[in-house]
Amino acid sequence: MLELKGVGKTVEGSVHIAPASMTLVPGSLNVLLGPTLSGKTTLLRLMAGLDRPTTGEVWFEGANVTGVPVQKRGVAMVYQQFVNYPAMTVFENIASPLRVAGVAKDEIARRVEKAADLLKLTPYLSRTPLTLSGGQQQRTALARAIVKGSKLVLLDEPLANLDYKLREELRAELPKLFAATGAILVYATTEPTEALLLGGHTATLSEGRVTQFGPTLDVFKRPLDLITARTFADPPLNTIAATKTGGRFLVAGMSVPAPDLPDGDYILGIRPHHVSLDGDGPPIPATVTVTEITGSESYIHLEVAGSPWVMLTQGVQDLESRAKVTLRIDLKHLIIFSSSGEALAA
Amino acid sequence: MDKPWNNKAWWLVAPMLALVAFSAVIPLMTVVNYSVQDTFGNNQFFWAGLEWYEQVLSSERFREALLRNLLFSAIILAIEVPLGVFIALNMPKKGPGVSVCLVLMALPLLIPWNVVGTIWQVFGRNDIGLLGWSLKSLGVDYNYVSDPLDAWGTVIAMDVWHWTSLVVLLCYAGLVSIPDAYYQAAKIDGASRWAVFRHIQLPKMKRVLMIAVLLRFMDSFMIYTEPFVVTGGGPGNSTTFLSIDLVKMATGQFDLGPAAAMSLVYFLIILLLSWVFYTVMTNHDAQR
Repeated sequence: MLELKGVGKTVEGSVHIAPASMTLVPGSLNVLLGPTLSGKTTLLRLMAGLDRPTTGEVWFEGANVTGVPVQKRGVAMVYQQFVNYPAMTVFENIASPLRVAGVAKDEIARRVEKAADLLKLTPYLSRTPLTLSGGQQQRTALARAIVKGSKLVLLDEPLANLDYKLREELRAELPKLFAATGAILVYATTEPTEALLLGGHTATLSEGRVTQFGPTLDVFKRPLDLITARTFADPPLNTIAATKTGGRFLVAGMSVPAPDLPDGDYILGIRPHHVSLDGDGPPIPATVTVTEITGSESYIHLEVAGSPWVMLTQGVQDLESRAKVTLRIDLKHLIIFSSSGEALAA
Repeated sequence: MDKPWNNKAWWLVAPMLALVAFSAVIPLMTVVNYSVQDTFGNNQFFWAGLEWYEQVLSSERFREALLRNLLFSAIILAIEVPLGVFIALNMPKKGPGVSVCLVLMALPLLIPWNVVGTIWQVFGRNDIGLLGWSLKSLGVDYNYVSDPLDAWGTVIAMDVWHWTSLVVLLCYAGLVSIPDAYYQAAKIDGASRWAVFRHIQLPKMKRVLMIAVLLRFMDSFMIYTEPFVVTGGGPGNSTTFLSIDLVKMATGQFDLGPAAAMSLVYFLIILLLSWVFYTVMTNHDAQR
């Protein structure tokens, strides 16, 4: 079990990680989700022990490991870049952590072959990493992490440099690869979709702050605040200001039924796939700005009362720029935030 | 593929061709011309065939100069490459120290060669030079004008001072291009400082290091200006390298035929050795 107890990092007066507390259980898959520079890597480094937190403590398997250097913690880390020893063969690369640990020769061979088999690297064991494809290079790096038998495996955007197909393939394999080892897996990513596909638990990060940590679907469906909802949204969350009077919201000049809340100002959030042109729900006037067609889906970018919105529709929908349309929003999926950004009802 | 044939493009190449012709091809052909003829002045030439080549290749003087050259290059590489790598490894990777170090390193490279020679010529004198005088007052018997070993030491020290920076700068460029993740990964693995150098830094520096070795080899093999200014090839012939010998023969003794033959042999040796160097190094690279 890895416990972060109020772990924070401040460098020369600027807060890189605001004090955060999390408990990660063995065998779990934990996603750190946040945009670039939100502090994912810093948090991973704190978990690994590459950096020392300026506040708080890191506990691992019941012991305080805050001051223990990284090489004594037995963690494994895989990076966005394909990090392998360039002059060593794949076999030597996978064997390297075992050699440093002084494992017997035939034991090394046995474990390397097992890891290579698991990652489909057996045919390439005698090649050097740079002669392999990107996917195979990253598999080598993953094999190094697996062979080590670490109880904590940190993956820092491991699939970001791979092409689409390889990414899909490895993403599906990753949780299975480590499931047998009972390791705590921490996976940093910038992509909300990736977090949803991986499942497990998700911690959302924004500007060095862990805004929410919980089961992935929970965080997605019931964000605690507007920042979390925005971090965990792709395409972006649509928001609009609303005022509640006389039991109804006043949104973009239209009256919308409202739940039981005191009168005042609110922010309404609705995900792009809950906005449509022909569904149920109250009408909202909008102007089309741009239409993006991916083939099976169309993203229609709109302007609603001065805010940019996106609508996700099935099939090819070619709407002309500057066309006036009437949107329908699915009230069941409306996320209501107070004017200060806390989620009230979802 | 239908590509329009544009003859106007030749006009763009023409100046370059003319330049290369006048600066390289025509002089080279002139040298070839001299090397197979004999002259006694008055613009009269007599066919000599390969006589000059035979004379050069069988002369003791040429072989000695060639050996001196090879020894000099070997010593230079043995000192400058490890020293350059060592300095590059210890240079700061970020912060204000970087630009200070880079400027300091680049300084010797910016000084004209004959000035480097003059600096060391004065520096090493034991009456007014700081180095020579200091060594003398320490009781060291140092005199590069009369002692061949001291002359060699001075020329080598000068070359190391002048050119190690080049190796440093090339290696440094290779080093800073290594992503931080490599060092982190090594740290997590618990790799030693030596292992980091051997398995991360050295392989990543290999390409630039190859260029550095090749450049330093070619350059040191053609060295002329600095030893000419400092020792003039002496004492005796102890620092007479091929280039110095060549100039002596061509402009000192005005033996144009033998000098031309010698310069062509010299040129071919450099070409051959560079090619061997390059092939060996790239082959090694391909095997990996």
